[in-house]
Amino acid sequence: MENEIKLISGAMVTLAIATASLVVLPYLQLRHEPPTPGLKPYTEVQLRGRQEYIRQGCVYCHSQQPRDPSQAPDDKRGWGRPSVAGDYYYDRPHLLGTMRTGPDLLNIGARQPSADWQLGHLYQPRAYTPGSIMPAYPFLFEVKKEAAPGDKVVALPPQFAPAGGVVVATQEAQDLVAYLLSLDRTFPALAPLADASPASK
Amino acid sequence: MDIPLLLLSSFIIAVTGLFFFIWSLRKGLLDPDAAGAKVIFSLGEIGRIEEPAATGAGQRELQRAMTASHGEPDATELQARLAADASSARPAFVLLGFAVFWLLVASLAGLTSSIKLHEPDWLTQYAWLSFGRIRTIHLNAVAYGWAPMAALGVALWMLPRLLKTTLEGARFAVWGAILWNIGLAIGVGCIAVGINDGMEWLEIPGQVGVLFAVGGAMIGLPLVFTLRRRKVEHLYVSVWYMGAALFWFPVLYIVAKLPNLHFGVEQATMNWWFGHNVLGLFYTPLSLAAVYYFLPKVIGRPIQSYNLSLIGFWCLAFFYGQVGGHHLVGGPVPEWLVTLSIVQSIMMIVPVVAFSLNQHLTMRGHFAALKHSPTLRFVVLGGMMYTLSSIQGSFEALRSVNTITHFTHFTVAHAHLGLYGFVTLVMFGAIYFAMPRIVSREWPYPKLIAAHFWLVAIGFAIYFVSLTTAGLLQGYAMVDASKPFMESVRVTLPWLEGRSIGGALMTLGHLVFATHFVLMALARGPKRSGAAILRPLARTA
Ligand code: HEM
Ligand code: HEM
Repeated sequence: MENEIKLISGAMVTLAIATASLVVLPYLQLRHEPPTPGLKPYTEVQLRGRQEYIRQGCVYCHSQQPRDPSQAPDDKRGWGRPSVAGDYYYDRPHLLGTMRTGPDLLNIGARQPSADWQLGHLYQPRAYTPGSIMPAYPFLFEVKKEAAPGDKVVALPPQFAPAGGVVVATQEAQDLVAYLLSLDRTFPALAPLADASPASK
Repeated sequence: MDIPLLLLSSFIIAVTGLFFFIWSLRKGLLDPDAAGAKVIFSLGEIGRIEEPAATGAGQRELQRAMTASHGEPDATELQARLAADASSARPAFVLLGFAVFWLLVASLAGLTSSIKLHEPDWLTQYAWLSFGRIRTIHLNAVAYGWAPMAALGVALWMLPRLLKTTLEGARFAVWGAILWNIGLAIGVGCIAVGINDGMEWLEIPGQVGVLFAVGGAMIGLPLVFTLRRRKVEHLYVSVWYMGAALFWFPVLYIVAKLPNLHFGVEQATMNWWFGHNVLGLFYTPLSLAAVYYFLPKVIGRPIQSYNLSLIGFWCLAFFYGQVGGHHLVGGPVPEWLVTLSIVQSIMMIVPVVAFSLNQHLTMRGHFAALKHSPTLRFVVLGGMMYTLSSIQGSFEALRSVNTITHFTHFTVAHAHLGLYGFVTLVMFGAIYFAMPRIVSREWPYPKLIAAHFWLVAIGFAIYFVSLTTAGLLQGYAMVDASKPFMESVRVTLPWLEGRSIGGALMTLGHLVFATHFVLMALARGPKRSGAAILRPLARTA
């Protein structure tokens, strides 16, 4: 049995070291990190929209973590200042992302504050950004003969509007846009903690 | 608390401890003739090939290529191996059957996602087929379907052979596999309708994940039972890798799914602690276990340096666990954490070189065997891809490289080099070896094995080259402030189409493989006299 005990205990010790450094230490260090001043909790509608962002898997193409100007020109693209831990205070689950098949979205609410633009873009991205490879989301909209009272009609460039009808945003689409518009971390970051800074300096 | 200093000192202490530990394990560390390496052979068997995936004639040629064997293997030991194979046949067959099913689901989902990236208006009316969902179905079907089912099936099949006993508790594994796959089917359904925990690699809701935890534990039970009955003195290196992986995975999954604990940026570090460890501490060790068994077994020669393989194991166990932070380079996470992960990523070169050297030295002078052995072709190519993907990964972790590649298709190309080029190819090889022993029948159409090999080899080459090019062009465009963002999209388009072509060839290869698998399982096709049957190879020499 000696070998088995060495194997299992060794394997568990190495995993414990890894867990301590990648999970427990960050937990202890970040637990008391306050929200960045100016960051507001999500409203109920925004939270529903955030859930929609998760349901549709937007995170697989869009990051939410602008990098430091010394590393990459993310700020010059209008994606915002480098983010800090406090910017994610209300984020559960986190949606940092690892791909930029599309642009970073942490500040999309500041970059494209028009709800009409956002809705139209979800309905048909190529109506607003020629050459975009983002999928269209027609199933978040309804095409109706004419709008009923209270319907949110999507304004589209004429060549993309369906013939003989109007495009109406579903509740899901409106929630999603409410979330996108809430993505705005243009307020200044706190001076980052000495050892908790993003890739700066 | 001065975290960098703390980490530096604990790092130094731990590395010292690691080497002391390795040293204590092996008294004859530099002994070139380690008995442990010979555990996989029976008395008098060294020098004798074993390759059930080749035809009878192929086997004789393989034996000739390896030069003649001396003497006959011990008959009682061969008898024991027959009993070992019989004891694992059922659970291995169930697991491998599920694996092949998920391979097909995953390939079709992957191909659909790939096409959608250059045809964004294709099939947009169905929510479950939209890129974000079908891509995630692809990932989960490989990550919780194909890869673990194949790796665990092969592991269970190797286990009684490695311990020279019969598999104990096979029933648990069969029921565990059924639970696991029910969980996965529900999980994939959840993703399709949009119920999802929202973290990469951890999308399947925790409530469903319970089935993975229970099913996985049940699949692991035979390991514990069988170890207790082992008839060998030395635990072969494959057993180390398999044993550790089976204990690591439950811890990873349970910690990751603990509800209401993780938050914000901490959750991101946890996410990639899980994400990389499921690769590094689960698929990788299980696949390495297979390489360490099948490669020497097919050519009938013990691995060159048994001790090197053990050093490789402990270095992997130690360094690989801490590399997860390299997925967050430049992100809003503590600087020390990213640095630690980059250091450990570079340290990973040690076990990788240990493995590669060992594989190369064992094969040296015997590469002709590749011509005659389908198993070996897949396993050796897979082993080489392990070296390549890992060395690539170590460099990809460096800040300067990662700045270009991080958010691009380059990462996806690397992911496939690891999980496809390495894990998947090794599993194909292992299945070609094991299945004839499991169903006591030969592969009915050897030509289909060749077709499968060339389709996936060529398909994957196209896939990898296209996507790597796409990623580099995309990455350089993205760090060039003078170029608009859309330029970084435009430059990738022809290469994304190239990926679809490569991926279509791979998918076709998988269809060939799955058809062959089903024909064999149903005993269809021509029956040739039993290369599948384990017996002394008469008329060799
Ligand atoms: C020494 C070994 C390795 C190192 C240091 C390494 C390093 C890396 C790095 C730096 C990334 C990119 C992170 C990013 O920029 O987002 C990455 C991604 C990845 N690697 Fe490795 N790698 C290694 C081996 C492997 C192996 C053997 C496999 C497969 C079994 C593998 C599978 C993956 C996958 C699937 C991803 C993508 C994860 C995702 O974004 O979902 N790697 N690796
Ligand atoms: C069984 C073999 C395969 C395995 C193990 C595998 C594994 C993976 C993994 C681990 C990822 C996640 C990469 C990341 O997040 O960085 C991924 C994504 C992907 N794979 Fe595969 N894959 C396989 C076959 C295929 C095939 C045949 C295709 C067809 C073209 C394909 C197309 C894709 C696509 C399009 C993505 C999404 C990339 C993105 O999000 O941009 N894969 N695969």
